[in-house]
Amino acid sequence: MTAAAPPQQTGALLRLWRNKEARSVIVQIVTVAVVCTLVAIGLHNVSVNLAAIGKEFSFDFLTAPAAYDITFSPFIDYTSRDTHLVATAVGVLNTLLVAVCGIVAATLLGFTMGVLRLSNNWLISRMVYVFIEFTRNVPVLLHILLVHGIVVTTLPAARQAINFGDTMFLSNRGFYVPAPVPEDGAGIVGVVFLVAVIAAIVFRRWAKRVQDETGTIYPVFWICAGVIVGATGLAFLATGAPLTWEVPALKGFNFQGGMALKPEFLALWLALTYYTSCFIAEIVRAGILAVSHGQTEASYALGLRPNRTLQLVIIPQALRIIVPPLVSQYLNLTKNSSLAIAIGYMDVVATIGGISLMQTGKEVETMIIVLGIYLVISLVISAFMNWFNRSIRFKER
Amino acid sequence: MKKRTSVAVGALGLALGVAGSAQAATLEDVQARGVLNCVVSTGIAGFAYTDESGEWKGFDVDFCRATAAAVLGDPGAIKAVTSTGKTRFTLLNAGEGDVLWRNTTITFSRDVGVKLRFHGVNYYDGQGFMVRKDLGVSSANDLDGASVCIQTGTTTELNLADYFHANGMKYEAVTIETNDEARQNYTAGRCDVYTTDASGLAATRSTFTDPDNHIILPEIISKEPLGPATRHGDDQWSDIVTWVLNATITAEELGVTSANVDEMKSSNNPEVLRLLGVEGNQGSELGLSADWAYNIIKMVGNYGEIFERNIGVNTPIGLARGLNAQWTDGGLLYSPPFR
Repeated sequence: MTAAAPPQQTGALLRLWRNKEARSVIVQIVTVAVVCTLVAIGLHNVSVNLAAIGKEFSFDFLTAPAAYDITFSPFIDYTSRDTHLVATAVGVLNTLLVAVCGIVAATLLGFTMGVLRLSNNWLISRMVYVFIEFTRNVPVLLHILLVHGIVVTTLPAARQAINFGDTMFLSNRGFYVPAPVPEDGAGIVGVVFLVAVIAAIVFRRWAKRVQDETGTIYPVFWICAGVIVGATGLAFLATGAPLTWEVPALKGFNFQGGMALKPEFLALWLALTYYTSCFIAEIVRAGILAVSHGQTEASYALGLRPNRTLQLVIIPQALRIIVPPLVSQYLNLTKNSSLAIAIGYMDVVATIGGISLMQTGKEVETMIIVLGIYLVISLVISAFMNWFNRSIRFKER
Repeated sequence: MKKRTSVAVGALGLALGVAGSAQAATLEDVQARGVLNCVVSTGIAGFAYTDESGEWKGFDVDFCRATAAAVLGDPGAIKAVTSTGKTRFTLLNAGEGDVLWRNTTITFSRDVGVKLRFHGVNYYDGQGFMVRKDLGVSSANDLDGASVCIQTGTTTELNLADYFHANGMKYEAVTIETNDEARQNYTAGRCDVYTTDASGLAATRSTFTDPDNHIILPEIISKEPLGPATRHGDDQWSDIVTWVLNATITAEELGVTSANVDEMKSSNNPEVLRLLGVEGNQGSELGLSADWAYNIIKMVGNYGEIFERNIGVNTPIGLARGLNAQWTDGGLLYSPPFR
């Protein structure tokens, strides 16, 4: 009788295993346990190994002076006397700058290429096809190095800069353009501009309501553009044109004054833009093709013109398919910007995750900070795009 | 991409590496493995580079070979763990390398903050500036407003910031990850100035197609004592690296070369006899064989031989001994006695 007990027990376990619900619970418990154990082992080893070489886990270094220079800091007036924390902020802003510029440009270029790819013109669609296939099958780091190499080696040196009427200069030190310098009264122009924009938004809402109720269509775009440009222009003239231009000039080694598009930023921005836009183009093409051709025919049957068909029927439906994969591409672009250090663009990886790491020896701490920053940026982008996705989703009534 | 993976590997090593590896007896590990892992640079002419046949050569690599000769009796039993300025300490601290011979400046924060053990100086250096001759610049004080190419993760970017700040000058820093990329930016004219240790400038200039069109400015703006490093927590291994370096310096001071080391075994000078393991038991005290220093000198050479072979005046690098001459010749090389 005693010998019969073990088989009975395994029989019970086996029965539990064969139960679909119980099995899934068991698998989940085991998975959680394994993951927790691995994380615990990792954390334990970090603390043991840090202790073994006598390193303390602390973020105190953030308040010490960074002692290195970051020349490209368009938003913060940074000097080498500022702290590591400020250096981190400069890096984050530089990352955000290239990410935002890249996302905007990649979206525009990607949508254009996606539509051109569907063009009936054989040459155009083939050319776009070849470009997309060439670009997206080569690692993005090579694109960045390629563009940077082209910019730095083919453009002339500062003293031989290409001169556009003594106001703009293009060299391998950057593209220098005059910088606007606001004077007294510029604030009034700014306020008028803001008021005009708000008025345009209000008008657009009103026009939409009128159209919904009566069917009368106003030329909303032209009226809004006219109000904004006209009002701002009048205010600008009325206040006596309170704006002067600071023209860059060659002094010593470099151009001084004006605004500059630096080759590092330019190379990173261009490379990330055209690389990501190729993926976006394919997503857009897929989205448009996924809208049944019957929709177009139905729209034509109702008497809508082709551009209204695209605007009111095809794109709204295509967007629902396009937006979710588009989010991944935005996130990819943001994360790929971490390759910036290869060409000397001072992003968050190059500042806190590079020089600060090196100078303080706080590998674990700095990497945690960098990971946290990318996580926050990515989650914010995701949250925004999820909100956008919900707002364009098919509303079931 | 290589550098990113090595940071990742280093960080992963810290996380998942065998706990307590830092305290392990490095000597036993190396002898059991039969290969010495040296952290070296990704490539600096004269200091650490691979020749046509893919073999590692250079001043720092020879010191790595000297260490292997002392520990394993075979200067060829080395593995070069390449590192950028940024990854070198992470790789060492994570146990990827046993010793770092990588033109690394000894500083307070690296010794104390990064938790490294430094073992003396194998090259006394200082940071300098290189510019194109046609710029007409003759002094670093004329560099206000210049664009400067720097390799990131080095002491040079800190010295540079301090120097320009102290002299009230402005500059544009172009901070690049590797020496090669920084050099390309300089030759393409992205920067007016290339700055690094004076030895590195000479090494870099030797690789140009037109070295005569570039000058190194007279100002040396920092002290850069370059030396080997190991992890904290293994005093025996620290002693070995310290005295490998001292052995090469002492050998030159005593006139022991790879050519005459066999004859010197019957020298009248007791210190030579102690160095070569003929008298005394210094080898076994270190945990090495009695002929450890003999092996270094026979197989690799003394300090002067290593210097002249890799970076001396008869090489393309063409560096004079300068501060790196023996103290008896007006230099700073001064090894504690073998007693």
